[in-house]
Formats: sequence, structure tokens, C-alpha cells
Amino acid sequence: MFKRIAFSVNGKAFNFEVDIRESLLEMLRNRLGYTGTKKGCGVGECGACSVLIDGVPFDSCIYLAVWADGKEITTIEGVASKSGELSEVQKAFVDEGAVQCGFCTPGLVLTTTALAGSGKEYTQDELKRELSGHLCRCTGYQSILKAAEKSLEGHICTCVDSPHYKQQHERNEG
Amino acid sequence: MAYTVVGKSVRRVDAVAKVTGKAKYTDDFYERDMLVGKILHSPYAHAIIKSIDVSKAKALPGVEAVLTYKDLPRINYATSLPGMIGDVLDDAEDEEERIKFGTAGHPYSLDPSHRDVEDRHILAKKARFVGDAIAAVVATDELIAAKALKLIEVEYEVLEALTSTEAALKEGAPLIHEGRASNVLASGGFAIGDIEEAFKESDHIFEGEYETSIVQHCHMENQTSYAYQDMDGRIVIVTSTQIPQIVRRVVAQALGIPWGRVRVIKPYVGGGFGNKQDVAIEPLNAAMTLAVGGRPVKIELSREESMTDTRTRHAFKFKIKTGINQDGKLIGVHITAISNTGAYASHGHSIAGSAGGKFRYLYPTKALKYDPITVYTNLPVAGAMRGYGCPQIFYAFESHLEDIAKRLNIDPIEIRRKNFVEVGYVDPVSKNKVTSCSIRECIDKGKALIKWDEKKALYKEQSGHKLRGLGMACFSYASGTYPVALELAGARIVLNQDGSVQLQIGATDTGQGSDTVFGQMVAEVLGLPMDMVHVLSTQDTDISPFDTGCYASRQTYVSGMAVEKAALEVKEKILGFAASMTDIPVNRIDLVDQKIVFKHSGESVLTLEQVAMQSYYDLLRAKPITSDISNNARINAIPFGVTFAEVEVDIKTGKIEVLEIYNVHDSGTIVNPKMAEGQVQGGVSMGIGYALSEQLLFDEVTGKALNNNLLDYKLPTIMDTPDIGVAFVENHEPTGPFGVKSLGEPPTITPAPAIRNAVLDATGVSFNRLPMNPQRVFEGFKEAGLI
Repeated sequence: MFKRIAFSVNGKAFNFEVDIRESLLEMLRNRLGYTGTKKGCGVGECGACSVLIDGVPFDSCIYLAVWADGKEITTIEGVASKSGELSEVQKAFVDEGAVQCGFCTPGLVLTTTALAGSGKEYTQDELKRELSGHLCRCTGYQSILKAAEKSLEGHICTCVDSPHYKQQHERNEG
Repeated sequence: MAYTVVGKSVRRVDAVAKVTGKAKYTDDFYERDMLVGKILHSPYAHAIIKSIDVSKAKALPGVEAVLTYKDLPRINYATSLPGMIGDVLDDAEDEEERIKFGTAGHPYSLDPSHRDVEDRHILAKKARFVGDAIAAVVATDELIAAKALKLIEVEYEVLEALTSTEAALKEGAPLIHEGRASNVLASGGFAIGDIEEAFKESDHIFEGEYETSIVQHCHMENQTSYAYQDMDGRIVIVTSTQIPQIVRRVVAQALGIPWGRVRVIKPYVGGGFGNKQDVAIEPLNAAMTLAVGGRPVKIELSREESMTDTRTRHAFKFKIKTGINQDGKLIGVHITAISNTGAYASHGHSIAGSAGGKFRYLYPTKALKYDPITVYTNLPVAGAMRGYGCPQIFYAFESHLEDIAKRLNIDPIEIRRKNFVEVGYVDPVSKNKVTSCSIRECIDKGKALIKWDEKKALYKEQSGHKLRGLGMACFSYASGTYPVALELAGARIVLNQDGSVQLQIGATDTGQGSDTVFGQMVAEVLGLPMDMVHVLSTQDTDISPFDTGCYASRQTYVSGMAVEKAALEVKEKILGFAASMTDIPVNRIDLVDQKIVFKHSGESVLTLEQVAMQSYYDLLRAKPITSDISNNARINAIPFGVTFAEVEVDIKTGKIEVLEIYNVHDSGTIVNPKMAEGQVQGGVSMGIGYALSEQLLFDEVTGKALNNNLLDYKLPTIMDTPDIGVAFVENHEPTGPFGVKSLGEPPTITPAPAIRNAVLDATGVSFNRLPMNPQRVFEGFKEAGLI
């Protein structure tokens, strides 16, 4: 069965019929060529396929294409400016060495982009929780966390007064 | 030694491509009318196929081909038909006449006794583990292919599943591979000195048993490939691999066709960690395209398939007997090991061999006897995984040594210091020499970072149910496989008209950053900025220089040698060309900042661009400047390092929390500190998973995997991973290009024993089985009377 849907990807409008069984991931990758969206598990476990739907991160592998009707989708290809200038989040991932094999990178950049755009403040523990849907086997997450913190500068407490620092400090003091 | 680009944290050459989604991985390429290949896996761990009926599957509209063992190439059949490789597939009953091949990512050996065991067919007639590939379908789309798999009717005669090495070694156990004398794949290690004499000389004898579990690589990109025949009928395979040249050879061997008729292309790879140092899907993919007249067919494994149907890490059981003197000096060590290799050999006994071979360097003793055996079982196939036997053996020995230190009341650091290797040590088995070693300095650094002495004093008197402790563990490793295997590497450099260069290497970057490191080496030698060095990231067996691939932490060291030589040759040619343009003797000029300058004054003579342009367009002398180096490294540098860990153990729940963890490495010169740090952090994270949570679980009766997915298999998330501290003690390794030694795998080796030793320090309980998950730890505490 097919259903016609209208949606946009990175600001470009689309309007066509999709198989109702098709995932958003399959539609983006196989039909539209947005191959920056990666498939790591296909069942919502690893976060590699995350895209922003109306600004909110979703695993596109378990989001049906038909649900995208009327939505604005952002993929990794839509994060840099049209002239190719990297966003602050992308720069942070590059500068902090948060990229190794790069397969989890698009999803993490997108989730971090959403967090940075939310205007909310996060403690380090909260930030970790927000990113915990993304698995990475290369980095041990250290540089990813640094990149996310850098991206959220102004929205995260990393100073000595932060709850995280206090927590660490107390531990060390025993 | 002072370098300008080597030693700097330059940006990864592929970072921008990867944060923008432009980096193309295997699955991101399309061929027109690409067909989809899917695999029928055995539901039984051990079963003979009595009959297999594919007629219903074949009849399904959209199904282009169905393959079983009956369709596989016959021995000595295909090679007799040069150029007609479409005919290698042949429908006949006899399995024994079908080509068997080995899959391990080792270079070919001219010595038949050194070759990998050839024990598998592309598709099996006898299933040897749950997941064994029995049949395959090629269809126009994924849904049809999946439907067709269900229409294949297979009648199995189910045999007893041998799901442990004990069961496989039992007297009268059924044979997993017919024709073999037993289920032992191989045995044999080495003996240095007289172990019995050493035990007699020792003040004390200690014994211990240690066990590690089956874990999986969990690279984020699953195995995926696509294959087609080009216009000359050659098979082209684009695949996510660490070893394109070996894939090419194994595919040709599996099909019985000349090696030159296969071409393998490696685009960006989403992690491998050793699992892609094996030829898991490409031979079947090649057979699939042959079955449909060379049309493009892709195979994309699911996560569940990738976790059990490719490769895993060998589980080991160790028994260690150690003779030691009262002062802590090791006299004799006898290690016996049983390695579980699963259903097929793959890397097989090499893993056990590597474990012993790399362990030998850390604590040379008067006598060291190593007796490993590698055993087939009806479990998924174990292969290469980061550390190649070392996370297993160092977990066992570093745990054992800690227990000994405790019993002898010797400080655990001191007992190690007393036994460390010295520079100049020549390994009696390999004859390889330790040419640099900073393990002692690594320990000093780690001790200071974790505040060892202060905390040790602080934690002496603890009460309550949350206890803290400190632990450490050391390792030695290798930089490549010399002298066990070939260490050939290739690099090619072309000087462009604008004075920039292209660098082609046969070594593969699978995420670890080798492309960047090689680029830095070229930039260093030629005095170029990084943006004037264009590194070609794709390897193509038709185009790239020959290199055996990404494994054994070999590339920065071994392939780096080729890159350095290639760059030096280009530099020499640039100066030679400049000399011919100016009539200035070549020994008076140098290449600095993209200029040819007088050595004595630094005065500029020509720009590099002028030389480059002349090299292309001078009507008389034009000869573009290139180099093409193949380097056979007949040497191996030994890296060392240590993990320090601090844990808090909750006695009531069995939960171990790693509060602080530091890895300190002696890897020679660090070419790119930021990337090296990332490499270590990733390895430590993998080691923490190995220590605390990761384990592939199997039903003991059926051999079926219980948790082959990323939800039930406990891969550390960002929330489970503590801050990971990294430090380096840089020395200049005399044999390495720019003084480097290896770094890739070592970080994974010692987190588990360091954490285990910290738990011992906190609680007094030895955990000699991995992983130390809450249930096991809780049970251990109950047994020890703590609960």
C-alpha cells in the first residue's frame, strides 16, 4: 500500500507516494540519497540513523516514512551552511577529535544540534543522558562529550561550582 | 627529536567529510538495478542437511537466484576455464569436491604449513553453529529476498551441540569437522628454559585459574558489501574491510579463479576492531553476482547477523603455575590455555600463539612454558579482535601476579618493577630485540595521576557497604607481526603541478586515523602544510600499492616506514630536478617551506611550484616526480603500558563503579596527540566493557545466542563510561619511522585486570572470571561471606 506524503528535507520540499511499510531511514537513504544518515542496527538501539524531525532527534529507522507527512526533517547534509561552512557543533566535533570512524557522528551532531538549539541548560550528567541513545565504539565518548559541552557553551555548567565537579570532588575526598 | 608536523594534533584529514555526511561508506554507493542478497542461517548448532528444496523460493517472482552448497565451485574445475568465471558455479551433489578455504586476514604464505586452516565452504552442507550460512537468495528487493528465505525447505539431522570446550574435548564427542582426529584445531606453544628446574629453584609456587568470555567487536557499521562483474568479466567487490588485498585473494581461492580476476575496493569503513580482518561475506557475495550473470548484488548484514555470524573474541581458560622467590623475582611461569575458536578456524590458533608471543616480553623469566590448545565448538566463529589474545592472557597473568603479591605481602607495583624487561633484551623465541622501553616511567606517571600512595593510605580503613580500591596492570605488545608473518607495506607519492602531493597507501584507515598520520609524515619530510598533502582514503586492489592491511597495530610503524621512504625519495628527486634546473650542486640545496634554498644561507633559489611545473612541462627534461615504495619490515618494536584504576564496589548490589581510570602508554613518538588520546580512550572503553558488562550469552543446550543485539548485549554507553585519563611517555624508538611504536590495540589490554585488581584491593575478593557483572560479583561476595 502506498500513501502520498508532503514533507521537507533540509528545507527542500518533497511530495510523493511512499510504501506504508517503509521507514524514514529507508526513504531518506534509498530514495532521496541522503546517505549521511547511517544504519547501525535498524531497530532503534544505536542512534546512528538519528535525524531531526521538526527539530527533535528521532531514530529514523523506527520512524515510518508516512509519519513524516507535514514534517520538516533535518539530516546531517543540512547542518552546514549552503556555502559549506560548518556549524558550531560540527566545528566542535572536528576540533575536539570527536570523530573517528565517523559512523555514529551524523546522529551525534544532530542530537547535539538540537540540544544547542533548545536554549535549555544542562548539567554534565543530563547532557550524558541526552546523548546516551548514541552508541560509539571508537572514542569511549570522551571527545564526544567535550564536543557537546563546547557546542553548548553558555548552556552547561562546567565550572568548579557545577554539580558535576562537586560530585567528582567529593568522591576524591572520600 | 624535533619535528614540525609529526607530534602535532593536526585535524583529521577526513573529519569534515564525516561531520557533514559526505564521507561515503560501502552502503552509500549505488549501482543501477542493484539486487539484494540474503542468507539463510542454520537454526541448529550442529546438524547435517538431509535435503534442501529451493524450488518454492526460486518460483517466487522477483527471486533471481537461490544458492546452496550444491551450487558452489568445484575443486580444480573453474581454473580450467580461463575467462569463463561465470561457469564456476555448478550444480552437483558432492560436498567434498567443493572448494574449502580459510578466511583469516593473514598474508598468504608460500610455506604451506604456515597457511590458515581451510575448513569452510561458502555455504555449508553441515551446520556447525547457529547462524551457519546454509543457503542464499538474490532478489530484486529486500522484502522478496526475506520472503524467499522462508520458502527454502531444509531437512536437518540434528546432532549433539558442543557448546563448550569441555564438551568438545570429551572422549567420544562427535566431530565438528569430519576427517579430523578430534575437535582440537591446533595446539603447541613454546618453552624457554627448564620449567621443572625453575620451580625447584623457587621459594614459592602459586597456582591460579582464570577465564574470559566471548565478546563482540560491535563496530557501528555492520559488514556490508556489493559485488558485480565489470565489462571484462572480472569480479569487483566494494566492501567494508580492513584487508582489501587479502579479501581479493580469499575470494579468488574460494571460487577457484585466478587472483587477478578479482578487484576489491574499500571506501570509508565504520570501524572494524579486527572483525573486518576476516573475509566473512565477500566470497558469498561474489558467488551471488556470478549466479545472476554479473549483475550487482549487495549483502548488508543486520546487527544480529553481524554479532553472531561474523566473528567474536576467543574465550580462554587459563591455568597458571608460577615459581617465585621471596623477594618477588619470578623464576618460572607455566601457562596452559584452552582457546574456544567456535565452529571454524578463522584466525584459530594464531590468537593463542599471539597471546603467548606478546606476553613474553614484559617479564622475562628463567623459564616460561606456554601450552595452548585451540578447540572447535558449535558456537559462533572466533577471529581477530583488538588485542589478538592479549586482553585474555594479560587479564589472567596480571590477576595472578596481583594475587601472588598479596600473598607474599609485596607491593603490587614493586613486584612488577622487579621483573620488568630491560632495553636490549632479545626474545629467545623470535630473536627480536627490545630497543626501547619506558614501562617504569609509565608507572611513575600513572601512579601520580591516580594519587596512588595518598589513596592507598586513605582506603586502608574503610567500613560500610561501599568500598574503594586501587588496581593496576601492565602489558607488552608488538608493532606488526614480524617474524611470524610478512610485513609488506606500500606507499606512492605524486608531486602535482602546484607543489602539492598525493599520497596513496595500501594501508587502510578504518577510523583509527592512519590516513592523517601518514599525511603528517609526508608533510614532515617535504616541509609541506597539511593542506598540500592529499591523502587518498580509498584502497583499490587495482590501483593502491600493495599492503597487507590494517591489523596487528602495524600501520603507523610498518606502513609508516614505506611512507617515510616514499617521501624521502620524492624530496631527493625534487632537489635533483632543482639542481638540474639551476646547475647548483644538489648537496648545496634543501627544500624548506615549499622553496628550494641554499643550505648555507637559506636564500631562496626556486619555489617548489616552479620545480613541479618544470617537471611536467619542460620540453626537454619533463619527468613528473613520483615515488612508489614497497617496504618489507623485518623488525618489530615492542610497546608497553599500564592501566591504573580506582573503583567503588557496592557490596550489597555487586555493582562496580570505575571512579578513575588512566592508561599510560610507551608507544614511542606520538604522531598526533589528540588522535592518539582518542584511540586510547576508545580502547579503554572497550576494555571496561570487557571487564564489567560485555558477554555474548548462549543457550547451553542449543547453542543459540541469547543477546546478539545492542539492547541485550551490554556495550558501554556514554553514561556507563567514566572519565578516561590518558598519558604518554614518549621515547624515540630507533627502529620506527620518526621513532614510533604501535598504539592501536594496546589500550584494550589492561583495563580488565586493573579493574579486577582494584576490586580485590577494595574487597579482598579475587574475581577470576570475566565479565565482573553485578550478578557474578554478588555471587562472589556471597561465597566469600561478605553478604
